[in-house]
Amino acid sequence: MTDPVMEVESFRSESAARVLLGRIERLLKRAGATTDKPVALMEVCGTHTVAISRFGLRSLLPGSLRLLSGPGCPVCVTPLIEIDRSIAAAETPGTIVATFGDMMRVPGSRSSLESARTDGADIRIVYSPMDSLQMARENPGREIVFLGVGFETTSPTIAATILAAEREGLGNFSILPFFKTVPEALDMLAAIPDRPLEGFICPGHASVIIGADAYEPVACNRDMPCVVVGFEPLDILSGIEALLQQVAAIRTGQGHARVEVRYKRAVTSTGNIAAQELLREVFQPCDAEWRGIGVIPGSGHDLSERYRRFDARERLSLDVAQPIEQPGCVCGEIMLGRKLPTDCPLFGEACTPRRPVGPCMVSTEGSCAAFYKYER
Amino acid sequence: MCLAVPGRVTSIESGIAKVDFGGISQEANLTLVPEAKVGDYVLVHAGFAIQRLDEAEAEETLRLFQELAEAADREERERRRR
Ligand code: SF4
Repeated sequence: MTDPVMEVESFRSESAARVLLGRIERLLKRAGATTDKPVALMEVCGTHTVAISRFGLRSLLPGSLRLLSGPGCPVCVTPLIEIDRSIAAAETPGTIVATFGDMMRVPGSRSSLESARTDGADIRIVYSPMDSLQMARENPGREIVFLGVGFETTSPTIAATILAAEREGLGNFSILPFFKTVPEALDMLAAIPDRPLEGFICPGHASVIIGADAYEPVACNRDMPCVVVGFEPLDILSGIEALLQQVAAIRTGQGHARVEVRYKRAVTSTGNIAAQELLREVFQPCDAEWRGIGVIPGSGHDLSERYRRFDARERLSLDVAQPIEQPGCVCGEIMLGRKLPTDCPLFGEACTPRRPVGPCMVSTEGSCAAFYKYER
Repeated sequence: MCLAVPGRVTSIESGIAKVDFGGISQEANLTLVPEAKVGDYVLVHAGFAIQRLDEAEAEETLRLFQELAEAADREERERRRR
């Protein structure tokens, strides 16, 4: 018997893909989409961006459909000043900075964590935030600063780590919080006047935590179709089909936007309640700056009063100068759905994964990096 | 960054599961999925299980995709015969 969870080949059947592509084409016709007036959908999650590029889905889909990459790579949306602050933390004598590997090469104003490490700063890559607690135990005389980057997929794992540090009474562990939340960003994108998109391919794994109901306000108040989608090719095509059903109905005046789940093996309407409780316990909502986009109200997590002492900004003096953005990078407009990476004059010339100018070229999940690798 | 990988829980000891990812075994913290049992499929992200996967839903999705594939193959065969 095939294993329904692990057997990825079954989610990649070419024959099934052909049927879905046929349906997608018919729905686009029904919606009146043409190459000049395409339907634009946005995949908000960097993991989707990579999957779409890697499986070559864009080239299989009709020209009357445009897939845009949203602000769904947490590394790409971390503001420059926070990269500079992380480097300042690493350069503070006696500290060790622990981070997920994706952060290493992001260019700050003057250097990156990677070049700071080459210059002697103690920066260590971890797979799990829990690994940094082990570091704290082994280095009692030093401060371990974990870089708290991520959406709701990741933030609960860091909340759990903070609770573990508290239980153990570890006094030399702290974090720099750059967390972002997905629904608030979608609401901002859906509220743009003359918005350039007609539906969201909602992130699969952030939705595991927050639950599909979290998108109800965006779907209902902004009349924006929201479909939660998995990461295999058939999952993605089936999600696009569901979105186009809604778009066609809306365009022909026969329906309104709603939330749908096409990744039911992982995502429920209410999400992971234990993880949500942990988030509420350790964090509190705050306004957050998204690189290239600006401040989105209520779209971040700060440490709550009770856990404030785990904030590295309270423990180290990390004053940094006003950051300098690289001129010419259009990451912000790409993440807002107004441009594709290939519209950037620096793409593939001055800006490549080896020598990235903007953050979207650094992280493997950045839209420019995915385009460079698979669709050039 | 939000990549989570499915695997099967093979043993649990004081809140830490051993998870088998198609032959490769790794540990995962169960704080976020305290109800997970041996034999369950879980999604693992950054060293934590973040969700129990619903096997019945996985089978249902797979069945729908298989039906699509079979329908397409039948159509193709008929087209060739004509
Ligand atoms: S190609 Fe480079 S400079 Fe241009 S938008 Fe992408 S990351 Fe920014």
